[in-house]
Amino acid sequence: MANLNTTHSEHEEHTTTGLNNRKMLMWAFLGSDCMFFAALIATYVIYSGQIVGGGPVPEDVFSIPVTSVSTFVLLMSSMSMVLAYSALVRGQIKNFQIWILSTAFLGMTFIGFQVFEFRDFVLHGLTPKTNLFGSTFFVLTGFHGAHVTLGIIWLLSLYFFSLRGGVTPERHLDVDLAALYWHFVDVVWIVIFTVVYLLGVFPGI
Amino acid sequence: MVSIPFPVVRPLKPVGIWGWLTTIDHKKIGVLYGTTAFILFLTGGVEALLIRLQLAIPNNTLVAPEVYNQLFTMHGTTMIFLAIMPLGAAFFNFVIPLQIGARDVAFPRLNAFSFWTFLAGAIILKMSWVLGGAPNAGWFGYAPITGKIFNLGHGIDFWIVGLQVLGVASLAAAFNFIVTIVNMRAPGMTLMRMPIFTWMTLITSILLVLAFPVITVALIELMFDRTFGTVFFVTSGGGDPLLWQHLFWVFGHPEVYILILPAMGIISEIIPTFSRKPIFGYNVVVLSGVIIGFLGWMVWSHHMFTVGLGPIANSIFAITTMLIAIPTGVKIFNWIATLWKGSIDLKSPMLYSIGFIVLFVIGGLSGTMHSSAASDAQQQDTYFIVAHIHYVLFGGSLFAIFAGIHYWFPKVTGRLMNELSGRISFLLLFVGMNITFFPMHFLGLDGMPRRTYTYSSEMGWDLWNLVATLGVFFIIAAVLLFLHNVTRSWRKGEKADSDPWDGRTLEWSIPSPVPEYNFVEIPIVKSRDDFWEKKRSGDTSEIELNLREPTGDIHLPQPSYWPAFASLGMLIGGFGLVYLLDSMLGLLAAVVGGMIIMISIYAWSFEPVNDPDVSGHH
Amino acid sequence: MGCTPDHPQSTFNVAGPVAESQLTLFYWILAAAVFVFVIVTAILFWAVFRYRRKVDDKDPEQIHGNTKLEIAWTILPAIILVFVAIPTVITIFDNANSPCTYEEGCLEVTVEAAQWFWNFTYKDPSNPDLEVMTSNEMRIPVDEVVNIKLTSRDVLHSFWIPNIAGKLDIVPNHVNTMWIQSDIEGEFYAQCAEFCGIAHALMSFRVYADSREEFNEWMKLQATEASIPAEPLALEGKKLFEGEKQCYACHKVMGTKARSNVGPDLTHVASRTQLAAGILDNTQDNLRKWLEDPESIKPGNKMARQATVYTDETKKLNDPEISALVAYLQTLK
Repeated sequence: MANLNTTHSEHEEHTTTGLNNRKMLMWAFLGSDCMFFAALIATYVIYSGQIVGGGPVPEDVFSIPVTSVSTFVLLMSSMSMVLAYSALVRGQIKNFQIWILSTAFLGMTFIGFQVFEFRDFVLHGLTPKTNLFGSTFFVLTGFHGAHVTLGIIWLLSLYFFSLRGGVTPERHLDVDLAALYWHFVDVVWIVIFTVVYLLGVFPGI
Repeated sequence: MVSIPFPVVRPLKPVGIWGWLTTIDHKKIGVLYGTTAFILFLTGGVEALLIRLQLAIPNNTLVAPEVYNQLFTMHGTTMIFLAIMPLGAAFFNFVIPLQIGARDVAFPRLNAFSFWTFLAGAIILKMSWVLGGAPNAGWFGYAPITGKIFNLGHGIDFWIVGLQVLGVASLAAAFNFIVTIVNMRAPGMTLMRMPIFTWMTLITSILLVLAFPVITVALIELMFDRTFGTVFFVTSGGGDPLLWQHLFWVFGHPEVYILILPAMGIISEIIPTFSRKPIFGYNVVVLSGVIIGFLGWMVWSHHMFTVGLGPIANSIFAITTMLIAIPTGVKIFNWIATLWKGSIDLKSPMLYSIGFIVLFVIGGLSGTMHSSAASDAQQQDTYFIVAHIHYVLFGGSLFAIFAGIHYWFPKVTGRLMNELSGRISFLLLFVGMNITFFPMHFLGLDGMPRRTYTYSSEMGWDLWNLVATLGVFFIIAAVLLFLHNVTRSWRKGEKADSDPWDGRTLEWSIPSPVPEYNFVEIPIVKSRDDFWEKKRSGDTSEIELNLREPTGDIHLPQPSYWPAFASLGMLIGGFGLVYLLDSMLGLLAAVVGGMIIMISIYAWSFEPVNDPDVSGHH
Repeated sequence: MGCTPDHPQSTFNVAGPVAESQLTLFYWILAAAVFVFVIVTAILFWAVFRYRRKVDDKDPEQIHGNTKLEIAWTILPAIILVFVAIPTVITIFDNANSPCTYEEGCLEVTVEAAQWFWNFTYKDPSNPDLEVMTSNEMRIPVDEVVNIKLTSRDVLHSFWIPNIAGKLDIVPNHVNTMWIQSDIEGEFYAQCAEFCGIAHALMSFRVYADSREEFNEWMKLQATEASIPAEPLALEGKKLFEGEKQCYACHKVMGTKARSNVGPDLTHVASRTQLAAGILDNTQDNLRKWLEDPESIKPGNKMARQATVYTDETKKLNDPEISALVAYLQTLK
């Protein structure tokens, strides 16, 4: 729903607050999405440590170094997103294309890590069916992964659209909205990484 | 010019069914919402009638136990999600742009998408009746009886998917109205000059945006349990039934205010108009609405006083719940103060509004009784609760909706509803409502649990059950008379002028029925109740301007196929999700539905709101 | 008024301190509510009639508000609510904390709720060597605190004896505790109060508050093994029960080969006043009806839907077999 109406802001309408309508829509959507992840994370936290019937627990499967790398990759993607946007407003379409493509590529790398990780966990005997840890972990990180995937599709759409000259500095809002979404998904991952991974392995901190 | 990758001919000025399918006019969408939701309200009424007939006498065998469980589940789900919420949305759609002086909502196509998706969700839910059985676990679907172990059929799956689709519709509408109200106001209409109904719509939309994702997550978890074998609510795997209850009511209690705040908004428009006085204590009425919306997040566990949360939690939630009585009471006092020293015209919208106050006070007070957790231990899950929810949702929300229909009908149709019919149907509804639901207080205190399909005569519940069932026939008579009034008045009613009630807000400054462009000239707002002030000041030049034909061409957004097409994807994909595991067909439908949604979103994204080619050269 | 205290589940006919405190609180809040309702509607109706529009009405004065009034009607309800909140919190804590726990020498009953019947397991400090487990009928000593532990076998249920105490839900994976006490000897109705499936309406039981002596007698009887019937018909029934008809696969009769707890305990079924979880008087006729067609009496019950004598036409119980089973079950006093 996030990328509706991405191409028709030649003449920005006048609004009461001066804020663009689409941008406000995006903020409202992200507020809603916050609650979505809050509920998923709450489920994870409430159930953490409540394993019935055996199966792996966080310490058995998490590899903090590997996930730290994928977290770093995602953080870098946010940076390249910033660079893409700033290239666009400066009118450097070529640079914009490079940066937006690298953002999408870093996002795909992150998803690659996630696929690798999921596969590894399944090999360790942890599936969504195994226990509450499996159910809560896979559903939470899976939905985050789905958000990243949607973001990648959006970024690639912008890239291909820019090849036909559809992305211009005057229409920077189209990219701005995607960037907003991308940063949000990134921030959510920081929370997940902290709550699920770090606290899962080092419960003391 | 950017090329459009989906070269579908854009609907230009479609008529007939295509006109309705592709419309993005907020007024038409409001009418679609209203009529669809009212039809669904009638289906929920039939479900209620069957429940009451079954309970009319002890040991009745009219309805089989399993069917009875489906009936009360569908009745609750229908009335809340398919009737009261979308009837509220009908008013948002029709009234809000007019009240704030806008030509349409911020995202007209998203608005159309909301309606068609709501329809898709309604179809998915209601089709369960003919596709192997409706959901049967109550409208709040408490775990673990919704799990696969206890509930093999597809009823619960229809419920899950139906609510998810309805959630998408509600969220899309809520985003739209937040942006519309914040950003599309006429010049000079500051926040504190907005009509109360607009304010309540804004608060309701914010509550929706924040509350719906929580139930979305709960439903996703339940769906994964049932479809993919996760163990969120599977007790043998350690799943906690109370997690479902917490998630459900963290959504569910704000939802209660989502149902009642628009009603309060409608009442706050009608009472000043028919008293010829401004709303008393405007700031306080707005503020109390905000406080109710805020406190609504801190009371969810009062639905769980008997689940064993312990005395500390119960005491805290008892007190926060009692606190809500204060802003609610303040609203009621302000309505009465608005009436005080007014010039009160008891036309049917006003009768319904006064009925609303009386019934809502009863419902509010019985609510305060439940807030006392210790005493609630005797009332929880009995007919006393059933009485309470019907006083606030039937006596409250629904009476306000009826009031609103009578009030805005001339603005929608250009004709007045028959006043005598309106008064008689009000009287029948008020009497019938009380005959049906007041005895339920007695039944509950006499120990009758809710959701029981039968009872034996030694329990002493015969009399009041019979009385309650008899009351239903008054309600039926009232609704039939109302329907007759609406359909007749729509075609042959007395013509209404632009301002039949001596109104105060902007929607009464433009012709009835409202022209497609709403305002010839966007008004410049100088005060609260701007239209009233302008009327009374004698300076009518601006008003007259808006009653004239426009001189130039008013540029409006064009109709679009894509919103309805995306919703079709939701419908197909929804059925696919229900039958995901049953056959390849289920999976196929899910994939096809998803693809239709993707295609629609792309096409929609590349379709300009204002197509210069369309409006310029034809 | 519409509520009649002599109805068996009336919350006005209180028999013990918990229900009594809840009723007192109810009356207190009801009084406040009626007071508020009368005042608000009186003012409302007065305003509506006093200020009805007359034909030649001019616009009324455009009053926009009054700060003092707003403050007044914010504070007044708050004061009333304080008087509701204080007794509420006190009662919540009183009813949550047992005045006499098992450790302090009072009876403890563990309730297990299942679709759609009840098991009761007794731990009585006064009868420390008696092990008592029974189904669908609860007996308690009068004037004594009884501690209740609530467990569920399947879905949500709720434990509710309206005359004695408000309800507490029975939640799988949780053990909820409460205390009850009856100050009156006699029979009390109890019913599951949380929707639990198709036969939710038929999940009841009876509670009997007896004198301590009678209660001890009952405990002793319940702790004994089932007697072996002397009468040939009943013996025939016992053979069917433990053999061909496989009743033993789901029921328990202590002292016999029937040891399963899938269904209710039947060791002393004939000593109970009710059948099928409080929905039929325990008579020969009713027992026969129950065995003939349990589905028609309690839809959805496991016996009707899973026992081969009901699912398999060829193994159906015939009349003489039912008579024999009835005769046997009636000896289980």
